[in-house]
Amino acid sequence: MADSRKEYDVIIIGGGPAGLSAGIYTARARLATLLIERGAVGGQIINAEWVENYPGFAEGVGGVALTEAMHQQAAKFGLETLVTEVTGVKVKGKQKVVSTAKGDFTARAVIVAGGSERQKLGIPGEAEYTGKGVSFCATCDGAFFRDKPVAVVGGGNAAITEALELTKFASRITVIHRRNELRATKILQEKAFAEPRIEFLWDTVPEEIIGETFVSKMRVRNVRTGKKSDLEVAGIFMSVGFRPNTGFLGGLLKLDETGAVVTSDRMETSVPGILAAGDIRGGSIRQVIAAAGDGAVAAISAEKYISG
Amino acid sequence: MSKPVEINEAAFGENVLKATMPVLVDFWAPWCGPCRMVAPVVEELANEYDGKVGFFKVNVDDNPKVASQYGVMSIPTLIVFKGGQPVNTIIGFRPKDEMKKSLDTAL
Repeated sequence: MADSRKEYDVIIIGGGPAGLSAGIYTARARLATLLIERGAVGGQIINAEWVENYPGFAEGVGGVALTEAMHQQAAKFGLETLVTEVTGVKVKGKQKVVSTAKGDFTARAVIVAGGSERQKLGIPGEAEYTGKGVSFCATCDGAFFRDKPVAVVGGGNAAITEALELTKFASRITVIHRRNELRATKILQEKAFAEPRIEFLWDTVPEEIIGETFVSKMRVRNVRTGKKSDLEVAGIFMSVGFRPNTGFLGGLLKLDETGAVVTSDRMETSVPGILAAGDIRGGSIRQVIAAAGDGAVAAISAEKYISG
Repeated sequence: MSKPVEINEAAFGENVLKATMPVLVDFWAPWCGPCRMVAPVVEELANEYDGKVGFFKVNVDDNPKVASQYGVMSIPTLIVFKGGQPVNTIIGFRPKDEMKKSLDTAL
């Protein structure tokens, strides 16, 4: 990246599939584009060893390989990448000012593709034992619970996918869900119910995580009977939902009741010249292909805005 | 030119705990995506800190005991050792600047 360059046509906030796809489109349209990512380019999917359902890869593809390829493709067309954290976005006349830990950058249009992060429950012990038995990523950490009992908290696709993933390692997987039926798709439910090592605690919520240096058990409560009990576990995988990463926007854009950015079907937000793509926006289906699709639409909307 | 050296549990004591200069150990596994992304950054650091910091890699699948001994429950995990003790730990993929900071504070 040119050391002193501060002005661009487009700034993309977030380097997951949504941002990378947008970068391919804007850079190829000869719009000077800067992509800003605070962590790992590729986004959450880099944790997936194998992605089976991204169109075009009949044998599947690794999460890292897929997003690395996207990045290289965008760089080929001239996308610049900066690794730092965005602290705010402001509108100044016809320009948008993006503030970061490495200084301010301006652009005509901004594509917000900051994704989401795992929701925390906020129960006692959760923060203290994160990394010591409490995990928010089964693919990342499952291997450390070989032949040990673990729990998965949640009832959606992510939770059940993780429970199935954990059968590679854990001796017993207890799925803890606050209702008496799962939200996950049928095919995942079928697989989970057929797996002897997965058991279910229905109508149950976690109350507290207990241990010494590492987690040893979790206190849970049945929401119907009020009865409390302790579950012996070495690991707890939280899968209770995702929170859109919209904090840094400081109220600039209209959000829905889940905190996700409200967009039109052209990825336009409540501020002209600011688009949103991927998991950060309302109605996202949380799939790589959808994020990539959003990114392309957002890029075209950005281009239209700039030339309009 | 210096590259991180893959070591096992048997060689850990000699290379890491008994080292005279600080050592960075990269705990990884072949199935871990973010570990693949950390690897090239650690290689760059190995070059930049050549002669000042030793760099080693430990495959946690093959060496579960040493991983568990240092509380590694998530990978990638980078641990900086000084005088045989862990002094800095980075869990997960973090930007190069953060990794450099954890090395600089150990020097």
